[in-house]
Amino acid sequence: MSTLEEIIRTHLQDSRILLMTHLVLGYPSFEVNREVIGQMVQNGVDLIEMQIPFSEPVADGPMILKANQESIAKGARVEECLQFAGEITKEFHIPFLFMTYYNILYKYGLEEFINRAYDLNIKGFIIPDLPPEEGREYLDLVRKQDMAPIQIFAPTSTKERMQRLAENGAGFIYCVARRGVTGKKTDFDQDFNEYIRRCRSATPLPLAVGFGIRSKDDVDFLTGKADIAVIGTETIRLVDEKGAAAVGPFIAGLR
Amino acid sequence: MIKKGYYGHWGGAFIPEILYETFRELNTFFEDVKKDQAFWNEYVQLMSTYSCRPTPLTYAENLSNRFGGARIYIKREDLNHTGAHKANNVMGQGLLVKRMGKKRVIAETGAGQHGVATATMAAKFGFDCTIYMGEEDVQRQRPNVFWMEKMGATVIPVTDGSRTLKDAINEAFRDWVSNMDSTHYVLGTVCGPHPFPEMVAWFQSIIGIEAREQILKAFGKLPARVYACVGGGSNALGIFQGFMQDDQVALVGVEAGGKGLASGEHAARLAGSDASPGVAQGYKTMFLQNSDGQMLDTHSVAAGLDYIGVSPILTDLWEKGRVRFAAATDSEVMDALELTMKKEGIIPALESAHGFVQAFKEVQNLGKDEAIIINMSGRGDKDIFTIANAYGDPSWKEFIIARAEQYKK
Ligand SMILES: Cc1ncc(COP(=O)(O)O)c(C=O)c1O
Repeated sequence: MSTLEEIIRTHLQDSRILLMTHLVLGYPSFEVNREVIGQMVQNGVDLIEMQIPFSEPVADGPMILKANQESIAKGARVEECLQFAGEITKEFHIPFLFMTYYNILYKYGLEEFINRAYDLNIKGFIIPDLPPEEGREYLDLVRKQDMAPIQIFAPTSTKERMQRLAENGAGFIYCVARRGVTGKKTDFDQDFNEYIRRCRSATPLPLAVGFGIRSKDDVDFLTGKADIAVIGTETIRLVDEKGAAAVGPFIAGLR
Repeated sequence: MIKKGYYGHWGGAFIPEILYETFRELNTFFEDVKKDQAFWNEYVQLMSTYSCRPTPLTYAENLSNRFGGARIYIKREDLNHTGAHKANNVMGQGLLVKRMGKKRVIAETGAGQHGVATATMAAKFGFDCTIYMGEEDVQRQRPNVFWMEKMGATVIPVTDGSRTLKDAINEAFRDWVSNMDSTHYVLGTVCGPHPFPEMVAWFQSIIGIEAREQILKAFGKLPARVYACVGGGSNALGIFQGFMQDDQVALVGVEAGGKGLASGEHAARLAGSDASPGVAQGYKTMFLQNSDGQMLDTHSVAAGLDYIGVSPILTDLWEKGRVRFAAATDSEVMDALELTMKKEGIIPALESAHGFVQAFKEVQNLGKDEAIIINMSGRGDKDIFTIANAYGDPSWKEFIIARAEQYKK
């Protein structure tokens, strides 16, 4: 069992569902990122994915797309993101993951990037445009360092496909709740229940559910079905509209 | 697990999981039709009735005399329905969509030629159609937007990023991951995840098959060189495939030199030294990107060449030395265009004119007993606003001002 999975399993003994949040590094600024992370951790967030911005974020919807582009336009560099991540993992003691697109790793040098992330105490990676077929070397390198190459399930994935993905994953599985990109509402309906049962039957790994989770109702609905609820776009929207200080109360109200 | 769709170490299929099944299905259908001679026959039949295939190979006698070197032949892809080679790929994919039983098509477009071709195909086959087009290109290619809408397509201007072709591709992918059950994404060039490079190259190979036969008939032997402009690379690969096995035929791809390679404002991936290996938009190739891996803004007077990446198939052929690359600047393009109009009465698209530039630079060095072919990927009528503007044509300006006044009333 990977270190990340052990941490998750330990937390699950005290809490019926964990919370994972997301933010885009450098948006609206690294200072605000720091404040937001502080608010999240103080209010009980269990894991955080930090997105290193990329100019072509194809899996992301308008809100996160804009955050990526503005971060880059303001001059955020990969090196700055990495240094910032190092400071954050020293200050806050929950697991942090990197979310980004493959080109960021590829251009940096795959092995160098993974080793650097290890040194920064990053626990895993979410790379939505790197299926296992293309990611052999990545998978080997990440697992060698006891980090987790998080695999993604989608509603379109068959059970066989899920099993194969899970064999390549570690830590937990990120289950995309619906078709489409980030940032739109998800209807948690009968189809979703069937989907989550399929996910569960395909792997013993903890299941995180993301895309369109915005409220306590959503989190309540997932409790007992999934292990981790992922809040992405909603906190970015909140920071845009009400500032970093609004994040704490929002998180506190989710469980 | 087999890695499919690699050309040397370029290509691949870097797709999000949500599209895995869609690509599996697409690959299965494509593998089937590739083996099916009846499908190819149906395609050729369609292109000879709905479009103008085989397109002619025109001997450009006046241009040949003007330069006094090899004989210049022009492969007339402009005479396709909708005025560019884009129709070949689009009608081919349209037949595939019919087989797959999907009811909606989406496409990205830069110059608007691929969008117009997709809109005609959708009208003919009865599909719903949405076209994504960078806001900057909507401005540059307004007449094409008009025609797409008239044929029933919805045109969505893309306001993200550099507001050009790459951003339109991203938006098309975002649509596709939401609507893959009903929708096929008609990618317009030999880029993107496997099987698109192979599939688009296959449909475009019709250009090279015809051209080889035509030049042998017209000239009695193979050409010394074949020139084509390269955006994503579909018209170039289309004609090059006809001569790939003929080592004596030099294949020359011409990229957008924009304001010059030294200016940084260009879209030369393989001709210059600014590009580096990367993975974006689902495939691995040489991209114009910075040291972090962020894509750069590109520039070209020709919207269809204004793109960060290039076909993985071409990158492999470049690396192996089979295809040579050059770049033509915006101003060289305007000169070549003018000369071609005056000497031959032919109006190449701004994209196609890039191929003419390099051919004109080299043709003198070849003997009179040699021939070259320039692939004229499309006609220039669509570029009337850009071309008239670049020439600063006074009577055109007067006309536009007068028209605008009329509309104000
Ligand atoms: C007339 C014409 N030529 C060339 C191109 C460039 O594409 P490709 O390199 O795929 O042929 C375009 C693209 O829009 C075009 O419209």
